[in-house]
Amino acid sequence: METILVSLAGGLAQAFEPINLMMIIIGCVVGLFVGAMPGLGSVNGVAILLPITFLVPPTAAIIFLAAVYYGAMYGGAISSITLGIPGASTAVATVFDGRPLAMSGRADKALTAAAIASFIGGTISVILFTLFAPPLAEFALKFGPAEEFALMVLAFATFIGLGGDDIPKTIFSILIGLVLATVGLDIISGKPRLIFFDAPGFLRGINFLVLAIGIYGIGEMLWTLETTGGKVIVHKVKMSWENFVGNVKSVKEYIGTTTLGSTLGYFVGTLPAAGATPASLMSYGLAKTFSKDPDSFGKGNVSGVAAPEAANNAASTGSMLPMITLGIPGSPTTAILLGGMIIWGLRPGPLLFTEKPDFVWGLIGSLYVANFFTVIINLAFIPIFVRVLTLPFTILAPVIFVLCIVGGFAPTQNMHDVWLMLLFGIAGYLLRKLNYPVAPAVLAIVLGPLAERSLRQSLLSSQGDVMIFFERPISAICIALAVGLMLYPIYLIMKKKKKADTADEASS
Amino acid sequence: MKLLGKLLAGAALSVALSVTAIGGMIERAEAAWSPKKPVEFIIMAGTGGGADQIARLLQGLIEKKKLSPRPFIPINKPGGSGAEALRYLKDKAGDDHTVLVTLNSFYTTPIIQKDLGVDISTFTPIGRMALDTFLLWVNTDRKDITSLESYVSAVKSAGNAWKVGGTGSGQEDSILTAMMEKEFGYKVTYIPFPGGGTVAKNLVGNHIDSTVNNPAEQNEFMRAGKSKPLVQFTPERMAAYPDVPTAKELGHDIVYFMQRSVNGPPGMSKEAQDWYINLFKTLFESDEWQKFCKEDGLTCEEWVAGADLAKFHEEQGRRHQELIESVGAAAITGE
Amino acid sequence: MTVRQAELLMAIATVLLSLGLMWSSTDGLSISWVPNKGPGSGFWPFWLSIGLLLASLATLYRWFRRATPESRSEEPYISGPALTVVGVSVAALLGLLIGIHLVGMYISLFAFMLFYVKVIGRHPWGITVCLVGGTPLFVFGMFEWALQIPLPKAITEEWFYPVFDIMYGTNHFWAYMLGAAVIVAVSGWLAHKFIDPQPGTEEG
Repeated sequence: METILVSLAGGLAQAFEPINLMMIIIGCVVGLFVGAMPGLGSVNGVAILLPITFLVPPTAAIIFLAAVYYGAMYGGAISSITLGIPGASTAVATVFDGRPLAMSGRADKALTAAAIASFIGGTISVILFTLFAPPLAEFALKFGPAEEFALMVLAFATFIGLGGDDIPKTIFSILIGLVLATVGLDIISGKPRLIFFDAPGFLRGINFLVLAIGIYGIGEMLWTLETTGGKVIVHKVKMSWENFVGNVKSVKEYIGTTTLGSTLGYFVGTLPAAGATPASLMSYGLAKTFSKDPDSFGKGNVSGVAAPEAANNAASTGSMLPMITLGIPGSPTTAILLGGMIIWGLRPGPLLFTEKPDFVWGLIGSLYVANFFTVIINLAFIPIFVRVLTLPFTILAPVIFVLCIVGGFAPTQNMHDVWLMLLFGIAGYLLRKLNYPVAPAVLAIVLGPLAERSLRQSLLSSQGDVMIFFERPISAICIALAVGLMLYPIYLIMKKKKKADTADEASS
Repeated sequence: MKLLGKLLAGAALSVALSVTAIGGMIERAEAAWSPKKPVEFIIMAGTGGGADQIARLLQGLIEKKKLSPRPFIPINKPGGSGAEALRYLKDKAGDDHTVLVTLNSFYTTPIIQKDLGVDISTFTPIGRMALDTFLLWVNTDRKDITSLESYVSAVKSAGNAWKVGGTGSGQEDSILTAMMEKEFGYKVTYIPFPGGGTVAKNLVGNHIDSTVNNPAEQNEFMRAGKSKPLVQFTPERMAAYPDVPTAKELGHDIVYFMQRSVNGPPGMSKEAQDWYINLFKTLFESDEWQKFCKEDGLTCEEWVAGADLAKFHEEQGRRHQELIESVGAAAITGE
Repeated sequence: MTVRQAELLMAIATVLLSLGLMWSSTDGLSISWVPNKGPGSGFWPFWLSIGLLLASLATLYRWFRRATPESRSEEPYISGPALTVVGVSVAALLGLLIGIHLVGMYISLFAFMLFYVKVIGRHPWGITVCLVGGTPLFVFGMFEWALQIPLPKAITEEWFYPVFDIMYGTNHFWAYMLGAAVIVAVSGWLAHKFIDPQPGTEEG
């Protein structure tokens, strides 16, 4: 414990060195803006800035890249809330409640909640990181394909309550997401699957962003155009100091879900191959399942913004653990960070902690500092982002369309994806008008590939025996939890019914 | 109004500056060929893999050493084991501003996915940056396995249940695994994972029994005493592993390399090709690159470029064709 | 078209889609459970598509039973005014995408913004000039310059060579970007001052 504190003090001192501090601040701002653009995420920011970091020492460079990563995580929430488009898969769940809040003129409340929850998530996770990095790395090693699959089952179970009231339509939405996720090359058999019309663009599969930007950016925008008829959505925003203080004080509404989400996010993030997306979805699902008022979720509950934001920030810290200790990137962004470390001659692996303590503790120290600066910068920008919503829709709509088109092109640099995005947008709009829920499809396309791959890997290694999921302790626990979560809403309904029955009896 | 005047003056100044700069550019354009717009640096694999790291290192070095008037922009096109990248390059025929960093799927993907219609001999060869090697690894917990011989008997006694991890059916390590199955007459269960790092982690976590990984993917685990190499698939022992025998020494003719080369699309102009060859030669010879090769366990001794590289590709392409025919495409592509 | 009719059409479309996906999943793939190996390569998409088919049939059945609110609704699916604004937006987006293939991103963006802001939005010239000039400029600055993501330029590719020359030839490209932004802003201000109807004199 003492050695940890001494090392941490050293790390913090390093983070406050002028060059590192400057890197943290620039990194946070850059990340914030890159993350706030739909389609662009921390991956873009980190990848593009990688060569610039040749100009500074490796520690400063990795600190800079980590700050970009952090800033982008905060930035993703801004796009989700103000524009209603998840900029990255990690910010999908933030849209569910962030968008309704913004549409009802409470974007400032949602943005403040996102910033504060992210800060809490980041802080809790970095403390966990400081205290329990080596034992958790050992735990992460125990996670094989069977455990990964069980975790995916658990993730699906947590958001079982997210669908609409129409069960066949909800099932349709989940399944279409899962089927679209199988497009492209199957790594297990090495065969191309569902290459429609032999278009080479399908070989790499359907990027989550294409579906998410299509449905939320274009589809949702068409829907809003129809309902508002091109008028201003939000007429007045009250921005005052009292308001801000009120927003900050309302932290007590969501402190519970935030703490739960942060801890969950950190643990899920540390598992290689899982990362921040399942973490944020699970956190949202849990917040809804265990809320006193689950019906208000999806209609503008602040906890629905805080829970996934806390989890995705916590998970982004968590995903640095497998990168540093095992050399395995937990996300595309950490993959590039990893590349950066290798280029600078820092070999991530089990020995990095003992052989390069300066680097590791400098990074941990900078995570504390970066987290603190990002929340300050983020809060300062909220008034500007809120004002975006007061623009007339005939100005906002084309600007959002342009951001969608360019943002849909940027990740893969292929026009095929832009066309696909427009197609999904129109289909999403038409389906939504018929009360098909669209969120389950977006969630399914994120988790589907992970679920299918880990299922097949497990069954290959068990020679086709499904008992593998129940015989291994960690996976059995996850499955048991999943079953419990699936039954919990049914239990609630039964309880409600019983209550209603007794009430009926009492009244009669 | 004064402010407006100032703004207008500023604007006029910008226009004037632009015009001067354009003038300057026209003069320069008459010199030897050099890129006129950012160069697309296509990577036929996803972010974080070996090819990606190489491309990003090269991009960084080009920028740091100011070797190109225009930046190189890494673009990952990992779809279909590189099929997406190969198709993209084929469709870019005649383009002077696109180059590709390859893996061995450069050879295997056109053989396995015939309807892709890609003929790699039409591509413009630029330079071979490195050769990557493979070793056979097991977890150090397996005290019973100390040599290739004890490994083979362990696999045989496990029956089909022996789990070999890899990076995907049709990838280099699956070919090598198929070659070993044929040589030693056993059958294993091949389990693909996304990326060599994940394979390494699954070996250390005992979720798989063995793997053929590149040195870079296992070195750190080996240093930490978590995994051990049994045999290397190089013609001679590498300096980094003086105590690990080669398969050839043990009487099994299994030699396999992964090349990392840079190639242009079909029909790239001669001037452009020369410029790129020159650029990558400078990079190949740089201290930074040679240091990276050493740390990453890559072989970067001989610079092979242009027509020589074309010859190398032809030879390797033929060898892969034979390999795939001898083990059967089905052995590599699963099912 | 009423919502009721639309629901029927959509249910039929999803049935056809499921059948199409099932058919595609059998294309050279194994849809069965391979002994000792678990699901084959086509297993996951095929059986999920069967699920899709069942869900679509359930929706169809509920439509006949008039079980869903949509299947009872005789309201128009897309009302007249909504059809206009949505239809025009979709058409403009289609035009933008086709334009990107033909004349590249920047000219298309210019035309798209001009159409949307001026023709649909009927905004005054001041705002129009700022947005129409500013959008391609912002996109260029953000993507090509700051993030180094080349956007498609089609036939306008060579027009950008001089721009790249300045961009990579000097270290102060920011001054040019600023200059261009100032030109856009000033033109917008001039348009606002001299072309747009002044407040109080005339209704726009």
